[in-house]
Amino acid sequence: MNLELGKYAEAVLSSYAVSLVLIFSLVWLSLRRSRKVKAQLDEVEVRRKQNG
Amino acid sequence: MNLNALWEYANPLKFMRTTERLLPFFAVATLIFFVGGLIWGFFFTPNDYRQGSTVKIMFIHVPSAMMAINIWVMMLVTSLVWIVRRHHVSALAARAAAPIGAVMTVIALATGAIWGQPMWGTWWAWDPRLTSFLILFLFYLGYMALWAAIENDDTAADLTSVLCLVGSVFAVLSRYAVKFWNQGLHQDSTIMKVGEKDPLDPSYYLPLVVCIAGFVLFFVVLVIIRTNTEIRARRMRALLARERLG
Repeated sequence: MNLELGKYAEAVLSSYAVSLVLIFSLVWLSLRRSRKVKAQLDEVEVRRKQNG
Repeated sequence: MNLNALWEYANPLKFMRTTERLLPFFAVATLIFFVGGLIWGFFFTPNDYRQGSTVKIMFIHVPSAMMAINIWVMMLVTSLVWIVRRHHVSALAARAAAPIGAVMTVIALATGAIWGQPMWGTWWAWDPRLTSFLILFLFYLGYMALWAAIENDDTAADLTSVLCLVGSVFAVLSRYAVKFWNQGLHQDSTIMKVGEKDPLDPSYYLPLVVCIAGFVLFFVVLVIIRTNTEIRARRMRALLARERLG
């Protein structure tokens, strides 16, 4: 294992931090929208069946 | 192999059923490659004799930059399928991929700037590759804005497909800018130069390949989830429109 980041520690750690925050935000937003749209569609489908 | 069988997946239901069955396998593979690659690159690679520990930024910067360009190429292919064959799934897949591509471009630009500051002494330069990447990012924004601005899905798919064709010029330029102009701060790619002069050191090669595979798999998982969401959203809009008509 090599964790001697030396004088560039700030650059390396901030690169990883920025990237991971962006990636996790994208995943979270995608999953949230997926769940929301699925629930809304189910609701519309049920209403459609009830109304014939 | 019968390539015509591929068109069966243009059926939204078939596409959703198949991709949702495959999703868990891709998700597990993503976790293994993405997390494994980054841990390998961050914790188990040596510092470079010239660049020090900043070389570890490569394990995020290179895969994200590759994805930024390749996602646009994927959007180009699916846009062409829409233009030629009018399959909704392909247009919706392009729409679903755009935000992922935009985020990859931001990551490539941000990590490039953070890496560039200690190595080049500047966060930014109007270098051919950097500039074409910035323009590619603006194209991603324009593409997403156009989808959001047009209410009719088919019209939006037509116009965004044309925009995608135009933006492809910058996707190609982003990839080959260093070769075309042969100037600027950004170096040419070294990943394919094993055995040539100034190649990528073997101790970085394998973890980088694993990271690239992780980013590709991550894209596949996310684009499946997002495409299926777009298919459902489109169906919902169609049902609501029918409801309003009575």
